[in-house]
Amino acid sequence: MKVSYYPGCSLHATGKEYDQSVKAVSKALDIELKEIDDWSCCGATAAHSTNFKLSIALPARNLIAAEKDAMDVMVPCAACFSRFKTAEHHLKKNQTLKAEIEEIVGGKYQGGIAIRNPIDIIYKDIGKDALEKKVVKQLKGLKPVAYYGCLLLRPPDVCEFDDYENPIQMDEILKALGAEVMPWSYKTDCCGGSLTLGNMSNVKGIGFKMVDKLMTMAREAGANCLVTACPVCMANLDERSSESVRLPVFYFTELMALAMGLPGPENWFKMHNIDSRPLLGSLGLF
Amino acid sequence: METFLEEVNRRIDGVPIQRCYHCRKCTAGCPLTSEMDYNINKIIKMIQLGMRDEVLNSSTIWLCVSCETCITRCPNQVDIARMMDVLRQMAIESGVTPKEKNILKFHEAFLSNIKIGGRINEPLMMVQYKLKSGDLFSDMAMGMSMLMRGKLAPFSPRTKDMKSVRRMFEKTK
Repeated sequence: MKVSYYPGCSLHATGKEYDQSVKAVSKALDIELKEIDDWSCCGATAAHSTNFKLSIALPARNLIAAEKDAMDVMVPCAACFSRFKTAEHHLKKNQTLKAEIEEIVGGKYQGGIAIRNPIDIIYKDIGKDALEKKVVKQLKGLKPVAYYGCLLLRPPDVCEFDDYENPIQMDEILKALGAEVMPWSYKTDCCGGSLTLGNMSNVKGIGFKMVDKLMTMAREAGANCLVTACPVCMANLDERSSESVRLPVFYFTELMALAMGLPGPENWFKMHNIDSRPLLGSLGLF
Repeated sequence: METFLEEVNRRIDGVPIQRCYHCRKCTAGCPLTSEMDYNINKIIKMIQLGMRDEVLNSSTIWLCVSCETCITRCPNQVDIARMMDVLRQMAIESGVTPKEKNILKFHEAFLSNIKIGGRINEPLMMVQYKLKSGDLFSDMAMGMSMLMRGKLAPFSPRTKDMKSVRRMFEKTK
């Protein structure tokens, strides 16, 4: 299959290993990615907190650019995904706003392409069986908890994810890799990333509290690592937890590449703050 | 004249907040409740009571992380996350000095960074934020560590058609 690809700003910087692992895994699964021509930032929290029309116009510019290729668009970053889906929601619901945004952006929005996250594409279009066949190294001994966070799931009528209180798609993907996925109750709890990454000094304490809680609960569930599909969650979980509770954090695509024997993991894991190599080494996986 | 409540409802453009029957499910699920000066449920009541200044001066509207748990769980579909966006925008328009100043400064640095290159250049954006907030030295160690691990990309490609990017900012001023 072939899809348009919107990396977004994070995947060119702090989330580089997500970009590289999504590309590696997509190639191995015959998903051809075509990057949206001359894309721009989705505006993220900064735009929707301060200027409603700008927060719709910024993703709309990218959606209109993607429509030229007439393919569904894969958006790996949960924050970008949320902004794209929110823009789509408002543009389809409100014709007056749509006309206004089209004038602001300088292009027509058709609304014919689907906005999709790689979890959804891999789970539904590739499927667990096909994925299992690609696995060359079972991730035995790895006990991850799947951490979905906020923006892939909420609000449900905008995101249209399978189950917004107990999602299972990432769990199922990890099981297909041979990992022993641990059940836990914090799959969809917020890590506070949009706040703590931004406001470095005076709410720093809040960030540690929120991430430490997730790490502690993952430990209580018997996990030895956390798995995410969001570069904001990754940056926050990986950088803002106390040493006493921290566990390694992976992008789900990094573990897919590891299990599928693809090149790259050795470079990606070096980029993480919490070193995952001792854990993987002790399990004979790396 | 339009009341505070009417203005908030008009700008949310969805379910009117009077639908709230104060079950406090939003507040129970909010991850930042313990840090806020007024919890979400109180903010809704305060809007109904016309307490414009208190609401727009609260820390609550800036501490909301937009995790969307409130709207997801509200039995009456009151879009509280959208309400928080609306309140932040009203605070900015009213010229209120935000209770959490650095949060707005971060948003401003982020947006002005988009205006420069169309995409976020994280190192440059952090410099812009530090100059705006005056908070020059926090997180220096983390920044250096990220740089060493190859996490920062000071020369990542920019958007070429910057005219179209600037146009969006000008037309939504």
